[in-house]
Amino acid sequence: MERKYYNPQIELLPRKELKKLQLQKLQRVVRKVYQKVPHYKEKFKNAGVKPKDLKSLEDFKNFPFTTKEDLFVDYPFGLLAEPLEKAVRLHTSSGTTGKPKAIFFSEKDIWSQAKLIARSLFMSGARSQDILQNSMTYGLFTGALVMHYGAELLGMLVIPAGPGNTERQIELMRTFGTTCIHMTPSYALYVATVIQEKRLEPGKDIKLKRVYLGAEPYSEETRKKIEKMLKVDVFNCYGLSEMGGPGVGFECPAKKGLHIWEDAFYVEIINPETGEPVKEGEIGELVLTTLDRTAMPIIRYRTRDLTRFISEPCPCGRTHIRIDRPLGRADDMFIVRGVNIFPQQIENVIMGIKGVAQNYQIILEGYDEMIVKVEIDRDFFDGRIERLLKLKEEITEKLRQAIQVRPKVELVEPGELPVSEGKAKRVIDKRTL
Amino acid sequence: MDYVEIISIFAENKPGKLEKITEVLAKENINILGFSIISVKDFGVIKFLVDMPEKAYQKFKEKGFTVAKIPAIGIELEDRPGGLYEVVKLISSKGVNIESALVYVAETRKKAYFVFEVDELEKAWELLKNEKVKFLKSSNFVNE
Repeated sequence: MERKYYNPQIELLPRKELKKLQLQKLQRVVRKVYQKVPHYKEKFKNAGVKPKDLKSLEDFKNFPFTTKEDLFVDYPFGLLAEPLEKAVRLHTSSGTTGKPKAIFFSEKDIWSQAKLIARSLFMSGARSQDILQNSMTYGLFTGALVMHYGAELLGMLVIPAGPGNTERQIELMRTFGTTCIHMTPSYALYVATVIQEKRLEPGKDIKLKRVYLGAEPYSEETRKKIEKMLKVDVFNCYGLSEMGGPGVGFECPAKKGLHIWEDAFYVEIINPETGEPVKEGEIGELVLTTLDRTAMPIIRYRTRDLTRFISEPCPCGRTHIRIDRPLGRADDMFIVRGVNIFPQQIENVIMGIKGVAQNYQIILEGYDEMIVKVEIDRDFFDGRIERLLKLKEEITEKLRQAIQVRPKVELVEPGELPVSEGKAKRVIDKRTL
Repeated sequence: MDYVEIISIFAENKPGKLEKITEVLAKENINILGFSIISVKDFGVIKFLVDMPEKAYQKFKEKGFTVAKIPAIGIELEDRPGGLYEVVKLISSKGVNIESALVYVAETRKKAYFVFEVDELEKAWELLKNEKVKFLKSSNFVNE
């Protein structure tokens, strides 16, 4: 019989036992950072907690959070829990604030993360005969390298393509029969468009079956668009360098939320204002603790990503909790006329409207004026202005319903807005208040 | 059915746009017989009646413009006071709604055509075809 799970013992572990395992691991990691990392010892002291106070998972909420700022304290080696010589890899994450965060991996850390990736890829249906084109940025960013190791561990053939150079990407796909590809959603849309323009036939010229998208938030509509354009299954893949990169959360074929591997991470969702756990199913900030990391464990890390738990059992049978696709980073949020808005809300609306292409841009200027530039679809234009005016009105009205603010919509020619080959810069804030 | 094709281009409202568009026609030696520009703040639509419509359409497409062809009916105007009035009166008497229009002056001070778009071309043609007016045919001016 064909294997359905990569690691059935762990993936199907009853929740009660999973929680027992988590408590054991948490106790170990809390002890370790208390003993080895002065910064954590001080934080614990200030919060009035000691490792022995962690008797149940309930007690863990009394332990202090780690924020991005903590990663800058005693930078770059301050949070190491083992001598530097034990570390074999450095990754940094620059984030939007500009300051780098240094994350160290021991050899064991590299392979534990790779195992999570292998497990995730297997869950999506990939096997050793598959060919993965890894079109993320190789380098200081974790996205490409961590995926690379995991895919190799599973036995896939990995093409370390890196991002950009779309002609070469497509050439690689055609020559080697790439079946899986890992890239950012905005670049995936772009590549899919070029494949269509070249009239390459999915399934024949292009043998892609699965697309793994990560590193930037995107909407369900974008997923559907890519799935339709390339005739593939698109899987959401969530991770962040601080937690070891991709492989933290991954979708199963049910495509209803991402499983977080709870044998490797302890997951909480909190109210970003109060720090208290949110009610079941409520949206809040994702907080993660590494359970297996040796070189640089991180306790209760505030990811700034907003999401919610999906507690219903998953049809795939895995017991590990699911989270909704992250709605965006708490940092991407912008406020117009007192309303909190996420770029994904805008994207959701735009992708659902016929007549527009995939690119859009949000410009904030003047006194809280919001302009949304949208590229029209070349084939939608029939030469008449009436149709364009109707389209503009439709976009304006649907956006107003979604975000409670009436934006000024501008239609622009296809190809006019900057195409992103990495993280898309969707919001330009020119307000001078 | 006598109808002609108008080339319509979507353009953002910004300096140099019309220049780029007309440059395409100039370089390809395509003659503009009539044109119209409609602008609504941030964008507009520019329409041309040209002597090589198919070539113009292909060239605009090649150069990445957002372009479409629209069928339109052309009726000859008399060059005298009331000339346009009579043609428009005839069209409206048939209940045909003019969506957009341009004028093609075939011979200065002698012959001109009122070229207009309608919602349903065939229906409009059925209503107008037996009228005693001269309709513009592609073969009158197309040169490709």
